Parts: sequence; C-alpha cells; structure tokens
Amino acid sequence: MVDGSSQFKSPLRHARGMGSAKEGTHHWLAQRVTALALLPLTFWLVFSLATLSLKGHLEFVTWLSSPFSGTLMILFLLVSFHHGQLGIQVVAEDYISNITLRRTLLIVTKFISYLLATLGIVSVLRIIFESL
Amino acid sequence: MLDYFKYSINLKNIYSRKIMKIPHRPLSPHLQVYNLPLTALLSISHRITGVSLMLGIVLLTLWVFSAAMGEEEYKLFTLFLNFWLGKLVLFGFSLALIYHLCNGIRHLFWDIGMNFDLKKTMLADFAVLFSSIILTTLVWVVALKELI
Repeated sequence: MVDGSSQFKSPLRHARGMGSAKEGTHHWLAQRVTALALLPLTFWLVFSLATLSLKGHLEFVTWLSSPFSGTLMILFLLVSFHHGQLGIQVVAEDYISNITLRRTLLIVTKFISYLLATLGIVSVLRIIFESL
Repeated sequence: MLDYFKYSINLKNIYSRKIMKIPHRPLSPHLQVYNLPLTALLSISHRITGVSLMLGIVLLTLWVFSAAMGEEEYKLFTLFLNFWLGKLVLFGFSLALIYHLCNGIRHLFWDIGMNFDLKKTMLADFAVLFSSIILTTLVWVVALKELI
C-alpha cells in the first residue's frame, strides 16, 4: 500500500522471487537434523583429538586410516560444513539488509564450505589409501 | 541467475528511503539500553560461537589436509598448534565447540516444545554454563596428560 504501483500488481507478481511456499521449513529442519547428527560426532572428535594430543605424524595417520575413524571424520567434515553454512545463512539473513551483498556473501560462503569439505574428505581418503 | 540479482535491485529501490519518505518518528529503545538477561546473553553467544566455529572447522580441515600432504607439512602445522598462539586458538575452538553443543541440546528441546517456562529456562542456563566448563576442563586434562 505504501508503494503507489502495488495495487496494480497481481498477488503472483508480489510472491515471485520470495522463494517457494512448499519447502518453507526445509532449511530449519535440515539445521536441526544436522545438529542431531553432530552431537555424537562432536563428542567422538573432541575426545579423539584430545587423546591424540598433537603427537607425531605417524600416530595421527594411523588413527585416521582406520575405517572407523576415517568414516566418522568424513561424516563430521561433511555434516559440520553443511550445518555451518546453513547457520551462516540465517545470521546473514538476519543482520545484512543489503540484499545484493547478502546474496553474494551467501553464494561465496556455500562455495567455500563445500570446497573445504571436499578438500578434507579427499585428504582423509588419501590417508586411508596410502596406508594400505 | 540474472533474474535473481535483478530482483534484488528492485527490492532495494522499493524499500529505499528516497521513495518511502520515512518521517522522523520516535525510536524504540535500542538494544544497548536494556540490561541483557543471562538467557539473552547465552542466546547471542550461541550465534557468535556458531560463526567462529566455521573458522574452527577450517582449521580442522587444514589439520587433516596437512597430514595427507606428508610428514613435513604436518610438522609445520603442529609447530603452529604447539606455539602459545596455536594452543590459545585450540582452547577457544574447544570451548566454543562444547558450548555450542551444550546450548544446542537446549535449543533442540525448545524446538520440540519443551522447557519453555521461565524456571526451567533459567535452570538450563546454568546447566549449559556448568556442563561446558566441566567438559572443556575434562578435554584439556586428557589432552595435557597425553602431552606430558
């Protein structure tokens, strides 16, 4: 009503670009489900790294190359970067009002998140296959 | 893709002050005027730790990456972590991670509609603070014991 031209636009024109109405809770739910998955994974990671405690390369590689640790580390990297970029999105949507800046930042965050997650996963796989 | 950015420019124009002519109405009190209750303080800490944990998992990725590159690279990385600044970063990472985890459990209870009354919320405030301090201490006792 504030904008003079708005009364001549159809409701569809107003809704367009605001996102789909069908999956409104998907982002919220994905954040919760990844959080749930990260509960045991984080406990495992923190106490494993604490017991490992910056010993040499051999100890680290031996630990990570076991199928159990390798699997959990890959899962942790994947799920934590996914959870993290979902969280950054919520924070950016709350605090950055400039929409062009916000969207650019979100795309960059998502690109970097999945780049680093893949880098970590490939590194774990390399350690596993080199130990065979 | 082009439409996506074109739209954002449209929206900016609609809401820009030039078009809307916002009058100078009295403002509501700003955030810094309020005395933040503990629950609000813990809530904003959840966000701050969440954003900084993003840097933490970048560090973890570099840790794994350096191990995959070889012994020399791993040595270089742990040299930084063993330096006092590295240890401080690791301590901050562990504290932020454990706090975010503990407060996250509380948030998950809220999400299923539990513990919304004031008494239980305040009880959970102290439970979150207490358990993060205990768990972080425990982690560093384990880590330093292995180091010696």
